[in-house]
Formats: sequence, C-alpha cells, structure tokens
Amino acid sequence: MKHDNKLFPKELVMESLKQSFVKLNPKLMIKNPVMFTVEIGTAVMLIVALYALFTGNREQGSAAYNIAVFVILFLTVLFANFAEAIAEARGKAQAESLRKTREETPAKKVELIGEIFTNEIKIVSSATLRKGDIFVCDPGDIIPADGEIVQGLASIDESAITGESAPVIREAGGDKSSVVGGTKVLSDHIKVRVSTEPGESFLDKMIALVEGASRQKTPNEIALTILLASFTLVFIIVCVTLKPFADYAQTPITIAAFISLFVCLIPTTIGGLLSAIGIAGMDRALRANVITKSGKAVETAGDIDVLLLDKTGTITIGNRKATNFYATNGISSEEFIRLCALSSLSDETPEGKSIVELAGKDIVNKLSVSGASMVKFTAETRSSGIDLPDGNRIRKGAYDAIKRLAEREGFSFPAETLAKVEAISNDGGTPLVVSLNSKVQGVIELQDIIKPGISERFDRLRKMGVKTVMVTGDNPLTAKYIANKAGVDDFIAEAKPEDKMSYIRKEQNEGRLVAMMGDGTNDAPALAQADVGVAMNSGTQAAKEAGNMVDLDNDPTKLIEIVEIGKQLLMTRGTLTTFSIANDVAKYFAIVPALFVASIPALQGINIMKLHSPETAILSAVIFNAIIIPMLIPLALRGVAYKPIGASALLRRNLLIYGVGGIIAPFIGIKLIDMLIALFM
Amino acid sequence: MTTEISGVIATYGITLLLAWPLSRYIVKVFRGERTWSDFMAPLERLFFKISGINPKEEMDWKQHMKALLTINLVWFVYAFFALMFQDKLPLNPDGNPGQSADLAFNTAISFVVNCNLQHYSGETGVTYFTQLFVLAFLQFVSAATGIAALIVVFKAMKEKTTTRLGNFWDIFLKTITRILLPLSIVIALIFIFNGMPASFAGKDTVVTMQGDTINVSRGPVAGFVAIKHLGTNGGGFFGANSAHPLENPNYVTWMTEMVAQVVIPIAMVFALGMFIQRKKFAYVIFGIMTIGMIGLLIPSMQAEIAGNPAIAHMGIQQATGAMEGKEVRFGAAATGYWSTVTTIISTGSVCGWHDSTMPMTGLMQLLGMMLNCLYGGCGVGILNYYIYIIIAVFISGLMVGRTPEFMGHKLEAREVKIAAIITLLSPFLILAGTALSSWVLTHHPDANWAVKPTAWLNNPGYHGFSEMLYEYTSANANNGSGFEGLGDGNVFWNVSTGFVLILGRFLPIIGPVAIAGLMASKKYIPESAGTLKTDSLTFGVMTFAVIVILTALSYFPALALGPIAEYFSL
Repeated sequence: MKHDNKLFPKELVMESLKQSFVKLNPKLMIKNPVMFTVEIGTAVMLIVALYALFTGNREQGSAAYNIAVFVILFLTVLFANFAEAIAEARGKAQAESLRKTREETPAKKVELIGEIFTNEIKIVSSATLRKGDIFVCDPGDIIPADGEIVQGLASIDESAITGESAPVIREAGGDKSSVVGGTKVLSDHIKVRVSTEPGESFLDKMIALVEGASRQKTPNEIALTILLASFTLVFIIVCVTLKPFADYAQTPITIAAFISLFVCLIPTTIGGLLSAIGIAGMDRALRANVITKSGKAVETAGDIDVLLLDKTGTITIGNRKATNFYATNGISSEEFIRLCALSSLSDETPEGKSIVELAGKDIVNKLSVSGASMVKFTAETRSSGIDLPDGNRIRKGAYDAIKRLAEREGFSFPAETLAKVEAISNDGGTPLVVSLNSKVQGVIELQDIIKPGISERFDRLRKMGVKTVMVTGDNPLTAKYIANKAGVDDFIAEAKPEDKMSYIRKEQNEGRLVAMMGDGTNDAPALAQADVGVAMNSGTQAAKEAGNMVDLDNDPTKLIEIVEIGKQLLMTRGTLTTFSIANDVAKYFAIVPALFVASIPALQGINIMKLHSPETAILSAVIFNAIIIPMLIPLALRGVAYKPIGASALLRRNLLIYGVGGIIAPFIGIKLIDMLIALFM
Repeated sequence: MTTEISGVIATYGITLLLAWPLSRYIVKVFRGERTWSDFMAPLERLFFKISGINPKEEMDWKQHMKALLTINLVWFVYAFFALMFQDKLPLNPDGNPGQSADLAFNTAISFVVNCNLQHYSGETGVTYFTQLFVLAFLQFVSAATGIAALIVVFKAMKEKTTTRLGNFWDIFLKTITRILLPLSIVIALIFIFNGMPASFAGKDTVVTMQGDTINVSRGPVAGFVAIKHLGTNGGGFFGANSAHPLENPNYVTWMTEMVAQVVIPIAMVFALGMFIQRKKFAYVIFGIMTIGMIGLLIPSMQAEIAGNPAIAHMGIQQATGAMEGKEVRFGAAATGYWSTVTTIISTGSVCGWHDSTMPMTGLMQLLGMMLNCLYGGCGVGILNYYIYIIIAVFISGLMVGRTPEFMGHKLEAREVKIAAIITLLSPFLILAGTALSSWVLTHHPDANWAVKPTAWLNNPGYHGFSEMLYEYTSANANNGSGFEGLGDGNVFWNVSTGFVLILGRFLPIIGPVAIAGLMASKKYIPESAGTLKTDSLTFGVMTFAVIVILTALSYFPALALGPIAEYFSL
C-alpha cells in the first residue's frame, strides 16, 4: 500500500477546516475542559467587543483592541479544533484507502436450501453477504468479504492490503485459512465462509475509533485530562481573585485583560492537541499496517515489559536448513551425500528440500526414485525415508530413533558419529542421522538461519526495558544456542501452546505486561491473555478475535514497531504538557506588568521583555498562545521521536528540549510579536 | 558580619550532625527494633491496657485516617472549652480572663493543626493551665500526628503489595514517648541552664535603672519552648515569641531553638531513605530541599545585611544591617536565617519582626510558606513534597513513554485526581482568603462585625496587602508566624483563618496517605530499563522544576501586588 506521508494533503485540510467550525458546538467542546473554558472566554469577549463597538464606551478599551482579542481567542479555539479534525481526517483517509479495496464486488454465493448448502451458485453483491454465508472464488476473482476457507487451497495476491507483491497460499483447515476481502485469488478454487457481518470488520471498527464515534479516552489520557483540568482551575482561582486584589490596589483591569491572562495561563497548547495526539497514535499504527481495536491497546504497547516471539519466521528465516553432511568413517562422503539426497527426493518438508538443495544439482540429477516407496515421518518412528526397488532401506531421523533402529539389528552406533551428533546439538543445530539398512552412515547438520539485523533490534528493545522471549519447539539445548546467538533474553523450549499461556500468566503475576504475536487457533487463549495480542491477518478468525490488534503485513517483527508507537504516544503527551506549562512563565512576565503598570509604575521592573505597551504585551501573549497550537500540530501528528537511551537520559533530553525550551521559546516569540505589533500601534 | 554568618553556618552544620544519628534512631523505633528507649515500653503497655487498644492490629490507610481525624476532633473540643473557661480553671496566678468563642475556636484549631497562629498574647490571653495542659499538650500531639501520618506513608512506600500499614495508635504513641518527649527534656534542660524561667509563679515586679516599676511575666517557659521548636509548632509562650528575652535569652538558646526546629524535619528525610531502603532517593530529596532553602536564604540574608535602602537614601549608615524590629543580641544575618528557616519549616516562631524585614525577605518568607515542603513541618513537609513527586512522576513518566510508575506501582487517574486536588487546595485557600479580606476591606471598610476593616492594617498599600496575604499563607501552611501589623484578633480573622487552618492541615495529610495507601494495594511492578528512576538527579531537578513553576504560576500576580511592588518602590 502506498503511504501518503504528506502531513497536510490539500483535500484533508479543506475538510478539516469545515470540521473546525462544526466542532465549535459546545456539546462537543465540553469533552475537552481546557478548550471549553476558552470557548466561553471567547463568547464573553464577543459581547464585550460588540458592546464597545456599538456604545462607543471606552471603559473596556477601544473597540478595535477588544475585537482583536476576540478574533485571536476565536482562532485559538479553531486551531485546537483543526488539530483534532486533521488528525481524524488523516486517520480516516488512511482507513478509507484500505476500505476502498472492499468496494462492492460481485460475490458467487452458494445458495442455502433449508439447512443444506447446495452447489447452486448465485451472483450477488458483496454488500448482501452475511456472517455464515458461503461463497466460492475462482482464479481472477476479488474476494468479496472477510472469511475462512472451508474447502480448497488457493494462492492469493494480498498486495492491496499488505503492499507485498508475492502471493501467499491459503488453505482450508489449519492456521492459514483466513482470507481478507479485497484481495485477489490467483489460482485454484476455494469455498469461503463469511466471518463478519458487513460493517463490523476490524477495519470498520478502526474507522469508527478514529472518527470519534466510539473513541474512548485511554486511562493515561483521563489522568492527564484531570491534571490539566486542575491546572485550569488553579488559573480560574488566580484570575478571579485578581479582581478584589486589583480593587484593593485601585487598579482597574479590563475584561479583555482578564480573559487574555486566563487563556494564556491555562494549558491550551496541550489541551488543544491532546485528542489529536491520541488519534495520531492510532493513525501511526494504521500506517504501520496494524489495525488496533482500541486506543488503549496502542498505549499499553508502550508499557510492554515482555515480548513473546516465535522463533520461526521472527528470529530465524523460515525453517531449519541442512548445512553440512558428515559421513561415518569408512563411507565416502560422496556416497553419503547421494544417500541423503535419495532419501529426501520425495520428501516435501522444508528440511527435506534443503537437503536436496545442499546436495547440489550434479548429484541430484543422476538420481532416480522410480519404483521406490516413500516412508513418511510418523511420531512413532520419528524417522522418514525411502525403500528402494533394490531392497535398500534408507532412513533419516532423530539420533535416538536411528540408534534404536540400529541396535535392534545388532549394529552399534559409531563413536565418531555420536561425537558429531553432540557437537551439532551443542552448536544449536539439529542432527539428522542417516542409516542404510539400519546401519548408521552419517549425520546431516540442520541449522537455523538467524535473520540479519535481528540482534540489533533486540538490543534496542533491551534498552527500552523490554525483555524478549523466544518461543520454540526445539529442545532446550538448541533453543539456548539460538537464543544466545540472536540475543534474546529468555526462551521457552519444546513449547506447547499451553506453555505460552503459563509463561504469560507467570510474568503477569509478577507485575509485567506481556505482548505476543500469534496466528493459530491454539494461540487464541494466549493472545487473549496477553496485554497486547497481535494477530496476523493471515491467521484464523479465532486468533484475530482474541487479540487486540491485527497486523495486515503478517510480519512477526511488527511488535517492535508497535511498542515504539505506544511509547511515542505517551511521550508526545508528556512533552507537550511540559512545554505548555513552561510557556506560562514568559506569559506571566508579559501580562502581569501590563495589568498593573498603569497604576503601579514600579512594576515596570518585572517587564523584563521591555514590551512596548500594556495592549501590545497582552495581544502578543495571546497571539503567541494561539499560533503555537498550529505550529505544534506536525509534532503532535508525527509524535516525539523515541530514542532507546534509557529512561533517565530520555527524561533529561526531553526536559532540556521541551522544558527549558518551553521556558525560553515564548520569551523570544512574544518579544518578536510585540515588536511587530508595535509597528502598527 | 563574618561572625554572624559563621554562626549561621555552624548552626546548620550542628543540625545536620544531629539529624543523622536521630534518623537512624527513628528508623529503629518504627521498625520495632531494640533501642535504648525501650524503658518506655511498660508505660506504653499501660496506656494500651487502660485504653483497650490492641497495638498489634494492622490498619489500612482509611482506618489510619479515621483514627487520626477522630482523635484530632477530640483534642479540638477539649481545647476549645478549656480555653473559653480557663478563668475558672486552676494555675491562673495573673487572673487572665477566658477567651471569646471565636478566639478560642481559632486558638484551639491553630494548636491542633500544628500551626500556632496566635491571635492573643501569651502574657494575657492564656493561663498557666492552658499553656501547659492545652497548648503544650497539643504541641506534642500535633507534631506526633504529622510524623505518624508520614510513617504510614513510609510503610506504604516500602511494601510491595499490602493494605496493612501498621497501627496508628502504636506509631503515634511511640512518636511521643520515644522521640518528642526525651528530646524535649534534653532541650528544656539546656534552656533552663541558660536562664529561661520554669516556674508557676505569677508576674514579678522589677524596678528598672530609670526607676520605673514594671511587671515581668513568668511561667513554665522552658519546657514549652522546647516542644514549641522540636515539634515545629512555633507558638510563643509570650506574645513576642522568641524575640522575648525570657523566651530566647542568649545566642546559645538561639542556636538550640534553631537546631531543635530543623532537626526532626531533616532527620525524617534521611529516615525515609533508610526505612524504604532507597537511600539515594532520600539524598536527592534532601539535596533539592537544601538547594531550595539556600535559594530563599541568600536573598533574605543579603537584604537584611545590606540594610534598608530608604534609610540609606537619608544618608544614614547601617553597619549592622536592617535593625528595625530585630534583637541586638542576634543581629540582622541571624534573624534573616531564622526567618527563612521558620517559614520553610512550618514552625512560625520569630526572633525578630517579619513585618519589619525588607520586602525581598518578606517575599522569601511568603515563598517559603507557599512551597511548604523544603524540609517542612514535622512529617507534613515530606507529605507535601510527596504530592509534588506524584505530579512530577506523572509528567515525567509520560515523557519517557511509559505509564507513570512510582515505587513499583502504577500511577493512575485516581491518584492523579487526589494529587491534583491537593495541589489546587493551597492556591485556593490562600488566594480566596486574601481576596475575601481585600474585598471586605475595599467594599465594606466600616463593617462593624469585622471590627472596622479600615483599622486592620497598620500599613497602607503594598505592605498592607502583604500583611493579609501573609496571614492566609501562614494559616494554610500551618506555619503560624505573622507578618503582624495586622489587626487579626477579631471575628473575621479568627473564623476565616480558622477554616483555612483546618482545610490546609488535614487534606494535605489525607491526600498523600490516600495516594500511598492506594498505590501500595496495587500490583507490584519490578523495575526495568524503561522505568523512570525516581532516585536520579534528573528526576530531582524535575521535581524541583514542578515545585517552582507551580508555585510561581499560582502566586505570581498576588506577590507582584505585595512584596514585589514594594521591592521596586523602595
């Protein structure tokens, strides 16, 4: 999928501008207490401005000055609304572009007669499909709705959703049975059962979240709103009590000055951007092709302490591959390789294929298995192989399985091969012993290939304070070796689905938050138990229902990105709050002298910015207060950059930039604006 | 001047030297380890036997607060009636009258809440009975109340997950028997040997060198003054407080009183580190508190030593600094130090008149009380600091990209709400109170019920404003010092400050205990590399910034109209 990285595409800006006015509705504004008070202040200023304009009464300052203050306050509210609107519009646009893939398409619905599905096929619109309906797809068809394959196997082009051009295989039964509406069937014929009602797919839920209809404040957002509301209350107290103070000091203060002081002091910057930050967080997740079921899930991702990762596909590339052949003494290497290749020619397992690959074309091309009978792997024999027409029986399998086989026939297990078997196991490899007519011939080394760059990512996670845990079906020895090599902190070896579950429970009982990724139905309980469960889009419906996020790319390393998105979300809130509060220092130095200097000339001493006049001081403070909101919208949408440098260093860095910066910036900004206004006044 | 400054430094040094062993002792007492003071145990057992309290019964934070509030209410009722009818009670050799209802209300509350805002003069307003069995008694129990509340918070911070936070009565009683009582006895002995009176005899008559006959008030002063400072109470036996020659006869008593009022607040900071086994956390807090104190101290001492610029304009040299309202035996620098310490610690005793200090010093005194957490009063100083920590943890937790955690527990909406209310409370009480008095003064200058507000202020203008602001600030901080020059002995001030006193005392105690209690009952989260370290210097600076900015933002306009305007007009 193409990601539009422009922050303000033109068509979104127009829509957002419209929304900025729609959001002026007090019923909507009251959700944001900080900006709601600004709106009230703006309304009061409108009355004062009109009064000054029509009566000509100069008691509250000139009409032009009052109108100017009103306009700036009005802009402040609009800017805050715009921030929220543009964040919504971007999220919506992103979701829409995904939804576009599922426009009305014809669906070949299988007719239901009574309780029985017939073979009658009727072409209907995709919009009429209901949960439980069954449709069929042939090569070239667009899949009309999300569902699960109930029959057949097909290669599917999912590039419309994932952007990945290589087709994927989906088949009935197992963990790869799920298909997504809007993707295209390239080959074969499948029968699919619809898994969601129209309008209730994850994508639809996500769009609703972004649009605000079902957007709920996350716990941290609620706590922050409380804190901001209490700051607002403090400043209401400061401003209200100022009236009797001023009476005592015999200093008249205009309504415009009161409201300006109040609006400048309350944390409008963070108040105006707060919801935009939250929406942008979900939007960033969506841009990473992750659909979240709630805003809370994104936030929780930032708190993750433990990450459960499947070995295969995440830490290692695909499956184990054969890397070496070691023949037993007395057997020529070439002969051994020939045996190995012969035994694997009709073996369709990834290991088998890799053995043939390693053996090389020169050897393989000379071989023939016509007339031979394939012996499949069973849990009982724990070996597989081939019976050749000449009566030779080749077997390959685990060390103990072949050893038993050999000993039964009276052969001993060669010492040098045993040594090799142990050496391979110690290196994290898997030894595959090969026998000819129950006589041990040698051993094949299978090794996991660790993804390049993965250990750096784990290192980054460790610096964030996230512990990585590898989950694998391998024996503990192999698991330990790979864990060390890849740089994960812990591993679960010989893992059964319930082991994941109990590991998650154990970590949670110790107070840690756990994230995991999964796709199979047997992952579903663990996905539900994990604090952040990311289901792969290719996974089963059960897995997708159990998790709280769905990754459209089916990329197991996506969890790392999700954690960073969560952290960014919280950081952006924290830093902008700091910035907003720090700004107040300079605003005080602008407005307080302006309030009193007429009657208490001595207070000129605290006019350290040497602002031109009380009017210009107040105007420049409110102007700065207003324009800082649109200036920070890009930061709110993109998020503050996360650097895994440890919590204390990160705090130091952000305090320096947003705390100290937040104190200094408005001094410069207000002074510049004042100099500019002074030219006209 | 160098001698004066060295005296100040030496006094602070002695305080630190004594605070260290004291903190170790305090930790031992509250951990229930063996100490030399175990000889008090039979007395404690007797107390529990008579009262029928089981000291082993563990309480959760709500039960603690219920016990604390109940017993405080009992003391208030007792003090209120004792003060009103003190003329009918024994030990009244000078025949002082009973207090009026509103004065008794104010006095009782003010001593119950460890404030000691005295709207009366010790010589005429109270009797020896009420001085000893009401006021000195309250000075013990109010200090112990603050310390006990803090120990509950210590216990909550220490435990991983618990709702059992010790027994309030046990902690409270031990605070008195093991800490306050023994130390007070030692201090009182030092005072007695330095000439402070300790007798039940009434006024003495002295013929001065000029030949005038004057009546000199006496009484059981030494013991009273010991707990007055040790318990950060600050209420004087005499009206002139520690400027009175019989309440502070010489430099030795000056140093002793000075050390006594700071030693427990500093020891409690060290004790925090030892008790919860995070020493670095406590050292950073101590460092920040000390930097804050120095930040207030230097401008104060400098302004006092430099003298009054208005007098300098008249061409008069002030070699000894600004001496108006100061005792010659202490001097300008020492009085400046005292005024800072007594305002940051919620003692509120004075050895010179704050009304006469320079506007800069007045500003620092006000700031000290507005912050109210640089060491702070017995127990409550750290409780106030705790609230700022919570706010700082919340903001900086977000800044490092994690749901904020403190001491292994998640900080969520409920705790933030409590912290926000407590932060809100001080500006509300101080500013609303001052606004009320300013409004009455400007709009009802002749209201008889308020004893003619026009007569309240000895000084017009900015200084008059500072006097009113100071009174409410002092009441809210439970400090008890007065800017004086304010006619506060009437219904208006007695009642309005009375309510500020109650709210300014109990809510800031309940808040931190509630937060700590709620957090302790949550699941414990082990630390990871992503967890914000609250014992780092960076976090200390963050807390300091939160304290400074919140205080500045809340009070800047009010301060601008008071001491700042006065400073720029001199």
